[in-house]
Amino acid sequence: MFPLVSHIEFSVGADLALAVLLGLGFGYCLERAGFGSARKLTAVFYLFDMSVVKVMFTAIVTAMVGLFVLSAIGLLDLSGLYLEPTSYAAQLLGGLVFGAGFIIGGYCPGTSIAAMATGKKDGAAFALGMLGGVMAYAEFTPGLDAWIKATSQGELTLPSLTGISMGWWTLVFVAFLLAAARGMDWLQHRFSYLKPAAV
Amino acid sequence: MPDAVVHSPARTGSIDAARVRAKPYWNPYLVGFLLGLVLLTTYLVTGRGLGATGAFSSVAAWLAGFAGAEHVAGNAVHSRYLNDGAPLLSWTLFLLIGAFAGAFLSGLQGGRVRPTIERGPRISDSQRMMLALAGGFLAAFGAKIARGCTSGQALTGGSMLNVGSLVFMLAVFASAYALAYFLRKEWI
Repeated sequence: MFPLVSHIEFSVGADLALAVLLGLGFGYCLERAGFGSARKLTAVFYLFDMSVVKVMFTAIVTAMVGLFVLSAIGLLDLSGLYLEPTSYAAQLLGGLVFGAGFIIGGYCPGTSIAAMATGKKDGAAFALGMLGGVMAYAEFTPGLDAWIKATSQGELTLPSLTGISMGWWTLVFVAFLLAAARGMDWLQHRFSYLKPAAV
Repeated sequence: MPDAVVHSPARTGSIDAARVRAKPYWNPYLVGFLLGLVLLTTYLVTGRGLGATGAFSSVAAWLAGFAGAEHVAGNAVHSRYLNDGAPLLSWTLFLLIGAFAGAFLSGLQGGRVRPTIERGPRISDSQRMMLALAGGFLAAFGAKIARGCTSGQALTGGSMLNVGSLVFMLAVFASAYALAYFLRKEWI
């Protein structure tokens, strides 16, 4: 039954209307979490407010449980979902550069949109910088695409890598989230002295 | 007359004063659950998850079009975002248009929409704007190398237990935590 796109061919208009609708929920959640604020986002790196990890981790685990349960009862065909091929080198290097951009700029791509929407001029500057970044990549280093392809391991998930099924991994992630929730509260308390007033 | 601020005067600024009037954010676990449902719904409907960087790539391909159609078609990166000659009809770009509206709505409800420059008390507005610009550049370049950002790799791939996405996530946090000490004056 799912994904719907395997059975229904959406018109361009319907497809883009769906994008706007899902985007509404996406942006609403980001702003509600406080992710339109660079100081709230970067607080995670000073350990006095772990909201970024709490929200991301909970979202990942929620979707993971949903995907697992729906596929287990036969409503979802997991092989019908797109999976980005893994390249250890590309995701490691790209992640390191991205992390630097995150702490220097204060946002990530999606949250800079939430920041702009709530009037943050630095969010607009970040988005402008992003446009420059993707432009520079395309114009000056288009050859990196071929390198990423050449270093690719293909589609690789934890279940296919380890032979341990998605159900067990989902359970591990749920358990880890519950344990991490306690750990993060301890961290926030321990580093609360770093917290500026009213962030 | 400056706004009344209940916290330490040394830390006050327009941002902090505004925060006093703004409503609190929601519980992070509740928002995370809702965001997870949005992500799950996106998967169930489109067969793909969320993304953000792709929208910027589409705009870049559109802008590059002004330098000539053959320039775009001959570029290995831009050409992937041509979308049959209509790069702006990109799914991810429309997702972000929706996200902008959704964030604006949430901000309005919470009393959090106002023009500001977010920064810690120890740097200037212009320094902060330069750092935001530079950070955006690096984040986008990194996302292009990693083939995804916090949305497309971390959230979307993470929920599918994609090994590359998990590596990306660890690398992002390792890098940012390693640099946090050097950038503390920007934020705290």
